[in-house]
Amino acid sequence: MTKGTVSGVIANMVTLKVDGPVKQGEICYIETGGDRLMSEVIKVVGSDVYVQVFESTRGLKVGAPADFTGHMLEVQLGPGMLSKNFDGLQNDLDKMEGVFLKRGQYTEPLDAEREWDFVPLAKVGDEVEGSAWLGEVEENSQKLKIMAPFQLEGKAKVKSIVKAGKYKIHDVVAVLTKEDGTEVKVDMVQHWPVKFAMTNYKEKPRPFKLLETGVRTIDTFNPIVEGGTGFIPGPFGTGKTVLQHAISKQAEADIVIIAACGERANEVVEIFTEFPELDDPHTGRKLMERTIIIANTSNMPVAAREASVYTAMTMAEYYRSMGLRVLLMADSTSRWAQALREMSNRMEELPGPDAFPMDLGALISNFYGRAGYVYLNNGEIGSITFIGTVSPAGGNLKEPVTENTKKVARCFYGLEQDRADKKRYPAVNPIDSYSKYLEYPEFAEYISKKINDKWIPKVLALKTRMQRGKEIAEQINILGDDGVPVDYHVVFWKSEIIDFVVLQQDAFDEVDAVTSLERQEAILDLVTEICETDFQFDHFEDCVDFFRKLINLCKQMNYSEFRSEQYNDFVSQIKAMLAA
Amino acid sequence: MATAFQKVYTKIGQITKATVSLKAKGVGYDELATINGKLAQVVKIAGDDVTLQVFEGTGGIPTNAEVVFLGKAPSLKVSEQLAGRFFNAYGHPIDGGPEIEGKEVEIGGPSVNPVRRKQPSELIATGIAGIDLNNTLVSGQKIPFFADPDQPFNEVMALVALRAKVDKIILGGMGMTNDDYYFFKNTFSNAGALDRIIAFMNTTEDPAVERLLVPDMALTAAEYFAVEKHETVLVLLTDMTSYADSLSIVSNRMDQIPSKDSMPGSLYSDLAKIYEKAVQFPESAGGGSITIIAVTTLSGGDITHAVPDNTGYITEGQLYLRRDSDIGKVIVDPFRSLSRLKQLVAGKKTRKDHSQVMNAAIRLYSDAANAKTKLENGFDLTDYDNRCLDFAKEYANKLLAIDVNLDTTEMLDVTWSLFKKYFKLEEVNIKREFTDIYWK
Repeated sequence: MTKGTVSGVIANMVTLKVDGPVKQGEICYIETGGDRLMSEVIKVVGSDVYVQVFESTRGLKVGAPADFTGHMLEVQLGPGMLSKNFDGLQNDLDKMEGVFLKRGQYTEPLDAEREWDFVPLAKVGDEVEGSAWLGEVEENSQKLKIMAPFQLEGKAKVKSIVKAGKYKIHDVVAVLTKEDGTEVKVDMVQHWPVKFAMTNYKEKPRPFKLLETGVRTIDTFNPIVEGGTGFIPGPFGTGKTVLQHAISKQAEADIVIIAACGERANEVVEIFTEFPELDDPHTGRKLMERTIIIANTSNMPVAAREASVYTAMTMAEYYRSMGLRVLLMADSTSRWAQALREMSNRMEELPGPDAFPMDLGALISNFYGRAGYVYLNNGEIGSITFIGTVSPAGGNLKEPVTENTKKVARCFYGLEQDRADKKRYPAVNPIDSYSKYLEYPEFAEYISKKINDKWIPKVLALKTRMQRGKEIAEQINILGDDGVPVDYHVVFWKSEIIDFVVLQQDAFDEVDAVTSLERQEAILDLVTEICETDFQFDHFEDCVDFFRKLINLCKQMNYSEFRSEQYNDFVSQIKAMLAA
Repeated sequence: MATAFQKVYTKIGQITKATVSLKAKGVGYDELATINGKLAQVVKIAGDDVTLQVFEGTGGIPTNAEVVFLGKAPSLKVSEQLAGRFFNAYGHPIDGGPEIEGKEVEIGGPSVNPVRRKQPSELIATGIAGIDLNNTLVSGQKIPFFADPDQPFNEVMALVALRAKVDKIILGGMGMTNDDYYFFKNTFSNAGALDRIIAFMNTTEDPAVERLLVPDMALTAAEYFAVEKHETVLVLLTDMTSYADSLSIVSNRMDQIPSKDSMPGSLYSDLAKIYEKAVQFPESAGGGSITIIAVTTLSGGDITHAVPDNTGYITEGQLYLRRDSDIGKVIVDPFRSLSRLKQLVAGKKTRKDHSQVMNAAIRLYSDAANAKTKLENGFDLTDYDNRCLDFAKEYANKLLAIDVNLDTTEMLDVTWSLFKKYFKLEEVNIKREFTDIYWK
C-alpha cells in the first residue's frame, strides 16, 4: 500500500507527500503520538495529497507517517445495527471507553460474537445476482435479509448454503459460483462506499403511498409518501427538532434512521433516553428497536459531519434492499453544507454564493436522489423516505442551501417565526408550505381507496379557505373591525377554526400528539361541516365570541381520547352550537 | 527562558499585525511558543514554514526575536486552589495571589461521548418568572442572553448566578469593560460568594486576540470541578460577540475567505465547541454538571447577524430583555425568549398545569400586542381587547419584570388569578382537567 508523510497542517486539512498511487476519496491513517487519525483524500496535486482529518490535529508534526488503505470511506452492513448509537464514521459509541471521546479511538460497528438464527431462502442450484436474498435472520422482530454481495457482477449459481441454525456474522453461510467458475464465499456482512448510491433495484416509480406521521399539518394538509422527500426549513426556535422527533416517533416505518448532523448533543440524548421507553404506535414494540442514531454532534470534528449523512443514507439503502420501509431524518443538512464550506475554504477554492462551494446544488440533489420507492429485482418493494431540516442563516429562505433543496425535495414544510411567537405549533406556514404529492394522480387514486374520494377535494377547499382568511385578516388590519362587513369576520374565523383544530397540535400532550388517520378524517369532516355552515351575526363581536367558544370546544375535543364519552360529549356540544 | 532541550530560533521571515512566520522543524500543530516572551500559538505549518498567531499582537517584535517552542498546547493547572481566584486569559493570577499548583490540563480538550451524557432534568430556580415560568432553565443547559449593549444583562446574570443553587460559578470575561469587571467582583464579594467564584478576565484594556483563550480556560476549570469533583458548575461567558470578533480578526489576518458578516466560515463549529461543553453527567459518573449562561450582544437588535444567528442554532434557547414602556421596567420578553429544555422540567419538577398556563398567558399577552397595534392605528377596541391590555400590564408587572422573586408555584397561582380577573373560562383555552382545579 501507498505510504505518505505529513508536509503541512492547517487545522484539519493536512498535506502529505506520497510514494505511490492514491485514489480520490481514499482513506488513510496518520500516526501521531501513538494515535492513528483517520483521514480522507480530497485533492491531489502531483505527489502532494490533501486530506481532511476526521479528528483534532493538535500536536501533529511535519514528517509524521501515513498509511493508505486502498479503499474509500465505507460502512459495514449486517445484522446488529438496530437500536445502536453510531458516530458519523459508524463507530459504536457505546463501545468507546471513558467519558470523553478519545482521539484515534475506533470501534467495531457490528458484534462479531453474537449468534443469529439463520434461515435459508435460496436453494442449491438457484441462479442469483448481486443483492439477491439468500437467507434471513431476525433482529428486534424484523426479518433481515442476508444478501448476495452487492458488488457481485453478472449471474451466479448457489453452490452451497448452510442449513437453518445459529451462525455468527463472519461465518460463511453460502458459496456462489460465478459464470467464470470462480467461487464467492458469502457471510452476513456487506461493505459499501458511502459516497456511492446503491442502484440494486429494477425500477424507481413515482411514490404514491401515504406515509402516516400522526401530524395533522402533514398528513391532512401536505402529506408525505413512502419513498418521498421533504424538507423543513426554519429559523432557530420555531420547532424543527420537535417536529422531526414527532415524525420519527410516529411515522409508519419499519426502520427509522436519525442522522444528527452537527446538532446539539442533548437532542441526541433525548432520543436515546426517551425512545427505549416509548411504544411504536403501529406495532406496540419499543421505538428504539427500530431506530438507529448517527450522532455527529456539533462539537465533533467537522469532516466527520460531512460523512455522517452519507453513512446514514447507505444504511437506509441497505435496509431498502431487503424490502423494508425506511424513514431517514437528517438534522440539519445546513450543517453538512457548512462542513463542505469549511473544507472548500481551507483548500482556497473560489467560493460560490455565500462562500459555499460551487457544486453545493449538485451534491444536495444527488443526495436527495438516493431516496425513493423502488421495485427490487425480485419484485418486492422497498422505500427510503427522506426528510431533512435546513437551518437558513438569519431565517432568510433566500440562501443557497434552502434554494437548492427546494429544487429537489417534493414537500416543503416552512416553519415561520411569527407562528412560533404566537405559540401556534407546529409552526408550519399553512399557505407557503406544499406537498407536490397532492397533485399526483397516483396519490389521488391511492387515497380514494384508502380513505375516500372526497378527501383531496375537502383538503384543497380548506387550503383555499386558509388563503382567503389571510387576505381578510390583512383587510381587517387596514380597515378596522368595523370597516369590513360582518361576513368577512365569519370567513376569517372559519380559517381560524381550521388553524386551531386541524393545524395546531400539542406535541407534548399525550392524546393530541398523535392523530390516527381515522381521527384525522373525523376532524376534517367536522371542520368542513363548520366551514360549510352558514352563520348570521348582527355584530362582529357576536361572531368573535361564537367562534372563540367553538374553538375552545374543538380543542377540548382534540385533547380527549378518540370516541371516549368525553369526546362524544364535546362533539355533541359542537353540533348543538352549529344547529342553533 | 529556554531549557536545555528547547531549540531557539532567531530568524523571523514575516510579520503581520497578528502573526509571525519563520522556518522551524519538529513543530506540532496548536503548539505554544514564546516570541521575546510574548505568547504565540502555531496556526499553520507548510513544510518548514511555521505561522504563529501572537496573542498580544506583533507590535515591537523584531525580526531577530528569540522564538522558543514550548512543545504543548495552551493549558491550565487545575486543583481546588482555583476557587475564589481571578485570572487573566492565560490562567495567571491577577488578584495578587500565588500561582496555582495542580495538574496541568490542555485547554480545548475532547468532547463528551454523547452516550455518556444524561438528559438534563434538574430545574435551576432563579425566582425570575420571565425565566422560571416561561423559559425554565435546566442544569446542563446552554443559553445566551441576546441583548443590546445598553441592557442590564450583566446585572441579571449576576442575580441568576447568585440565586441558582450551584457549587461553583465560573466567569469568563471577554472584552469586558473595567467597570463591569468591578461590578461582578463587588457583587459576588458583597454576597459573600467569593469562595465559589473563579474568573478568567480579558478586559477592553487587554489585547483582543487573547480573549480567544478565555472560554476554553473557563470550561477547562469547569470540567475539572464537574468531572473530578462531581460538582454543579455554572459558567458565565460575557460577551461572546467580542469572542467572535477576535475570531474574525485572526481569520482575516490569515487571508481566509470570509463568509457572512466578515465572520470565518468555521464560526458555527468554533462556537459549538464552546457551548457543547455544557453537560449533565449521570449518577454513575458522579452526577456533576456544567451549565452555560452566555451573553451575545446584538447590534441594534439584529438577530440575523452571523453571531446571534449561529449561536441560536447551537444553544438551547435564548433570552431577550426588553424595556416595557407600559410599566417602566425591564422585562424578559416572552415572545422571542425560549428555553428548549423547559419541557424536561415543566409539569414534571413543577406543578402539572405549568405548560398550559404558560402558553395561555403568552397567547393572551400576544392578543394584547395586537390590540395595542389596533389602538395605535386609530381603531376602536373591543371589550376583549381592553381586557387583554389590562391583563398584559398586570402580567408584565407581577411576572415578567426582572425584579420579581417568587417560586414557581406562586408564579402559577398569580397567573391563574390574573386569568380569572380578566377573562372568561372559554377564552383561556386550557384543558378542563386543570380549569376544574384552579379556576376558582
